[in-house]
Amino acid sequence: MMKSAPLLIGLSVLSLFSGCSREKREIIILTGSSTVAPVVTDAAKRFEATHPGVRIEVQTGGSSRGIADALSGLATFGMISRDLKADESELTAHRFAIDGVGIILHQTNPVTDFSRQQLIDIYTGKVTNWKELGGPDAKITVASKAEGRATLEVFLGYTGLDSADIKAGVIVGENQQAIKTVVADPNAIAYVSIGAAASEAAGGTPIKLVRCDGIEPTNENVAAGKFPIMRPLQLVSHGEIPATARDFLDFLTAPENADLIESHLYVSLSK
Amino acid sequence: MKSPVSRRNHRRFSDLACGIVGAVAASLTLVVLGCIVWDLLRLGLPHLSWLFLTGEVADGGRSGGIGPVLVSTVMIVVIALAVAIPPGVGCALWLSEFVRPGTVPARAITGGVDLLASVPSIVFGLFGMAFFAQVLGLGFSILSGGLTLACMILPLLVRTTLTALQSLPVDLRPSAAALGLTQTTTIRKILLPAALPGILVGVTIGVARSLSETAALIFTSGYATRWPDSPGDSGRALSVHIYDLAMNIPNGAAAASASALVLLLMILVINSFASFLAERWLRRYHS
Amino acid sequence: MLALLSGSVVLLIVWFLVAGALPALRDGYLPRLLFDEHWQPGSARDPQFALMPMLAASVLVTALAALLAAPLGIAGAVFHRFYLPKRLAVWNQRMLELLAGVPSIVFGFWGLTVLVPLINRLHPPGQSLLAAGIVLALMILPTIALTSQSALRSVPESQLLAAAGLGMGRFATVFHIALPSARSGIGSGVLLAIARAVGETMAVVMVCGNIAKFPGSVFDPVRPVTATIALEMGYASSSHKALLYLAGLILVLVTGALTGWLAFGKRNAGEVS
Repeated sequence: MMKSAPLLIGLSVLSLFSGCSREKREIIILTGSSTVAPVVTDAAKRFEATHPGVRIEVQTGGSSRGIADALSGLATFGMISRDLKADESELTAHRFAIDGVGIILHQTNPVTDFSRQQLIDIYTGKVTNWKELGGPDAKITVASKAEGRATLEVFLGYTGLDSADIKAGVIVGENQQAIKTVVADPNAIAYVSIGAAASEAAGGTPIKLVRCDGIEPTNENVAAGKFPIMRPLQLVSHGEIPATARDFLDFLTAPENADLIESHLYVSLSK
Repeated sequence: MKSPVSRRNHRRFSDLACGIVGAVAASLTLVVLGCIVWDLLRLGLPHLSWLFLTGEVADGGRSGGIGPVLVSTVMIVVIALAVAIPPGVGCALWLSEFVRPGTVPARAITGGVDLLASVPSIVFGLFGMAFFAQVLGLGFSILSGGLTLACMILPLLVRTTLTALQSLPVDLRPSAAALGLTQTTTIRKILLPAALPGILVGVTIGVARSLSETAALIFTSGYATRWPDSPGDSGRALSVHIYDLAMNIPNGAAAASASALVLLLMILVINSFASFLAERWLRRYHS
Repeated sequence: MLALLSGSVVLLIVWFLVAGALPALRDGYLPRLLFDEHWQPGSARDPQFALMPMLAASVLVTALAALLAAPLGIAGAVFHRFYLPKRLAVWNQRMLELLAGVPSIVFGFWGLTVLVPLINRLHPPGQSLLAAGIVLALMILPTIALTSQSALRSVPESQLLAAAGLGMGRFATVFHIALPSARSGIGSGVLLAIARAVGETMAVVMVCGNIAKFPGSVFDPVRPVTATIALEMGYASSSHKALLYLAGLILVLVTGALTGWLAFGKRNAGEVS
């Protein structure tokens, strides 16, 4: 058993080199936001089909990862699901889609509308019972996103709050977790990607999107710029962009590829 | 002093109670597993087909199949086992046969292995990304993922093998020595075969953990869904695929459940095959 | 040599964590981790970095899981070894191996969609210490059961026959012969399971509620250290990232000390008897 160890290690190293010795192809590397990665993966597949010499690697790890890798040159593009911050101005952002962020409740909750002030009161713990909002006599379970998440930052931007002000009952990570949290607790409130929530609701999940400041949370209203809470999905680059990578960028925003972005329920910028 | 009859009754009662408690414990596990599998079947079965097993991933995983993902998964697990089993078994052999327990080197290694076991899987992932992918330059690759997993299952293998070796009858060693067998022969022909069932438990738990691991793989073997050409390519593992479908893709639950069913089926097949091999080996060893 | 290799992997990992945590240590964050009141590293107004509630959560969740899973796993293994006919026993084992292979995300999803609503009806919000403990218990159960089975299997047949020859019942044989003789194997299985429970991430994050406060009851949400790393690592700025590495390092050292202490206590108890 011990004798086989060097052999096995040797074999795997050998197979590694056989991997490296393939003919050189142009490689575009994208890393970053797990929200952006699925749609870019699909776009990359379509791009590769028409550009045989190009290989596109998509890896996840969060928006910060995308920023860091773009800065260090590990990645051609970083993928982020928020705006660039003031201290990230070395990077150039290429926006290709918009994602609205809407408020969701359980389907059985009679509340249908929130004003900005009501949201602030709920998330700072001033209002703690649904009764005060015309709902049943039940304690509100406030679900918020974890520190650093793009959706949280967008929400903070809209409400003007600091993350220290938020008094959450539970904290969640991804959109799907927020949706399942509301399904599991009829008295919960959460904010998630509108496209994801709308398609889950259409698929029979017992949640509903509610109006903010009287505006319906639909992708049409997000596209028209009417809905107040939204975030951009973008690629970021550092310095000169190689020609092929520029092609991919154009490909991503081309009208004929808007269906990819829409199939992932985001708002395409090409229309 | 109790009468013999009442003592026998007492014994019968305690035997029965012990059996019932055990049966409840064992069946509780099955009920929970059944519950989970039922949920997966309900959501995933309609999605399963031959095309699903062999097709390429499309539309973020909601349509198409998991063919390339399956291939990557198998490669990752094979690399993890091939890399982890020799040092794992070797380390356990050394601890049980070559050093006296309680000495400083033995304590240091056991302590190190136990510490390794308590490293969170997400830390393994970050470590694998920094060390294998960046320092060793393997990049996002099946090899990086396999090596990271190998580190993760190593303590499991050491611990289970060590337990198996330590629980062998103590008189095996002096008897073998009395027959004039060298230590190497004793290990190869006597100790390892006798400890094989125990080692195999470690390997099967290791396979199961490798297949089900997400956090350690998402940053190492990566996210790519194309057919892997070599271990140097990035390839998405089945568990990472399930995670992505469940967490990032709206309406991905059906495909996620179907993928989870495939994963469970793989474990069932691998473990049955492993125990079949072990039984054949044992029969040869006994004859 | 191979043993050295196995041992050195952990050194590499600890070194890696220390290197990652170094900026945080240098900037003197360690006392803040110990004495701050809240965890709000992203706050512009009042950043705070309280680690203690999370360490407590890691310990509590793990302890709860071990308390639930160890008796169940060991009882199940006894049943498997001494009561179940061989044909069924094989299937019982297959099922356990299958349970061991259920991906953590599937456990997490099951917990969030089945278990949490049940607990929510008892006491909202449902995502709680209790939910995390139960889900973790299920995840480590197979490890405990399988290693216990293997330890029980290696109890010498001659001892069991001798017990039968003395007219001992099955109950007495199990409690006075088999379990004591398999104690060290079962113990190391439980230790492995505990280590696994401390390090588990993806399932716990889904059901624990992730509120970084000391829980007042099992129905309160908690946030173990691993959950924080999983939730925030991908989104953290550089100094925040160093803090997360530091948190990971402290967790590894604490669990190492804890399992070492448990193992040491076990060894001493073994020497006494």
